[in-house]
Amino acid sequence: MSKLGRVANAIDDKTVDPEPVEKATGVEKEAVYTHVSGLSGEDVAKALGALLSQAADELRRNATTIFLSLVSLTLGLLVWHLATSYKVDFYINFQNVPSPAKVFSAFWTHLGDTEFYIHIGVSMQRILTGYITAAVIGIAAGVFMGRSKLVRSLIYPYIEVLRPIPAVAWIPLAILMWPTEEASIIYITLLGALFPIVLNTLHGVEQTPEVLVRAAKSLGASQLQIFWHVILPSALPSIAAGLAIGMGVSWFSLLAGEIISGQYGIGYFTWDAYSLINYPDIVVGMLVIGGLGTLSTYAVKLAMKPLLAWQKRAR
Amino acid sequence: MNTQVVSLKEHIPHRAHASKKDFGHIVIEDVEIVFGKGATSSQAVKKTSLEIKPGEFVCILGPSGCGKSTLLNSIAGYVTPSSGSVRVDEKAVSEPGPDRGMVFQQYSLFPWKTILDNIAFGPKVAGRTNVECSSIANTFLEMVGLSKFAHKYPAELSGGMQQRVGIARALANYPSVLLMDEPFGALDAQTRLMMQENLLSLWSEFGITVVFVTHDVDEAIFLADRVLIMSASPGSIIDDLHIPLPRPRDPAMATGSEFMALKKVCLEQIRAESLRAFEQQNM
Repeated sequence: MSKLGRVANAIDDKTVDPEPVEKATGVEKEAVYTHVSGLSGEDVAKALGALLSQAADELRRNATTIFLSLVSLTLGLLVWHLATSYKVDFYINFQNVPSPAKVFSAFWTHLGDTEFYIHIGVSMQRILTGYITAAVIGIAAGVFMGRSKLVRSLIYPYIEVLRPIPAVAWIPLAILMWPTEEASIIYITLLGALFPIVLNTLHGVEQTPEVLVRAAKSLGASQLQIFWHVILPSALPSIAAGLAIGMGVSWFSLLAGEIISGQYGIGYFTWDAYSLINYPDIVVGMLVIGGLGTLSTYAVKLAMKPLLAWQKRAR
Repeated sequence: MNTQVVSLKEHIPHRAHASKKDFGHIVIEDVEIVFGKGATSSQAVKKTSLEIKPGEFVCILGPSGCGKSTLLNSIAGYVTPSSGSVRVDEKAVSEPGPDRGMVFQQYSLFPWKTILDNIAFGPKVAGRTNVECSSIANTFLEMVGLSKFAHKYPAELSGGMQQRVGIARALANYPSVLLMDEPFGALDAQTRLMMQENLLSLWSEFGITVVFVTHDVDEAIFLADRVLIMSASPGSIIDDLHIPLPRPRDPAMATGSEFMALKKVCLEQIRAESLRAFEQQNM
């Protein structure tokens, strides 16, 4: 066993009673959480060690899957490369599509370019503002709708009418309505994230088993305590799903907004590249969008994980 | 185990000086429960009067759908009687409250709380300090023999263990009445027997009033001081059977002649009621 592995095991022994070997990864994660809260240097080092060894373990266990994924991606790159170098034009036209090498070199150049980071930074800021606002409004509205028939019948019609309208369709009106272009882009981002969050929260609240509410009542809990200790945690898995979906949708609403207006942002960067006939940058922009979208969805899932730890225990 | 109960009473000033026989007096007076209104309304419980003395173990026995749970829910405060009154310790019941602990048929532990936090929930919402909460929770956890599982989540426990935690959680509020709605209905026969003995020893330790709903004749006779037999819908109590079996009860009693005789009385009435219910449903 590696040195890191041994460190991880030492932590296990201290924190949890013996568990079956196949559950070891879950246990290590827990060890990481408990140790980070203390935050002494040694603890952090141990926790990092545990995390690394866990990552290594996961890699080893998923070696075949990872290998196959890499093979598949390499093949994809190869096809892309061949299609562009032979300028294939068979229904789909590759004549103007940049080759992977050109895209990579364009990306490499941009990494040393401040403006590129400004584009990314501006987009991230819009996502953050729009998404957090959507999360606050969405969770609050979903909870109130789930617990009150009156609120539900007042709000739900708006959701039904507004939800099918795609973000792009909002752009003209958003520009007319909001005082600044920035505000209108954030508004569109917010709108994209809002509906999945509201609807998933509502669903989660409605799914709260009535027997748990009754149990809490008989144990003396007030309405507020029932909300905090029963309804919210019960709805949390569904809310977490809504937040993850909402993050994805807010990216693509943002892009719609940025393409049509604004002077910064990764969407603007992509569209600008098209206007300037700078084809490799189009693909750079697309890949950055894909990467950021994936990373931010992953970040949301990671943030929710400690709150949902109890679910892992269910058999 | 007794020493723990004594030490716990120090936390509860209002109990420390009172005899346990002072609490858990249930009076049901002319209670009638009707669901719905107008033409679609249906009578769930016919006009019923009933008194349960402090510290008594009473089983309500009847065929399924006879309204026995509804009657229990009116004591719990989940159901408001259409007429008549329910009083516990001279106080009219209007809503659920921590003075009446409830154990449900379905598992009703909070899946996101550890076993310890589930039991500490009552004391916590009552505003006790964290130290008090965990000391109370630990004591009750030990009483139901599950200390080892304090930091596990409900889904990691078997059905029987979960119900023991459910009982501990209800008792952690020091209720004067424990209301149980077919709590062992979902358990296998072996576990069920152990749970019954476990419950009886807790009951004798606490001297708490227990109202226990079941459709299992053996269970009712084994547990109760009194078995109330309920008729099919609309429900009403057709017999109030005193169970003179000595305590502590032993599962071996279930084969004795006295037990058999009581069982025969119950079965005959239940059978008549079940038949009537069956005919009603098939008309």
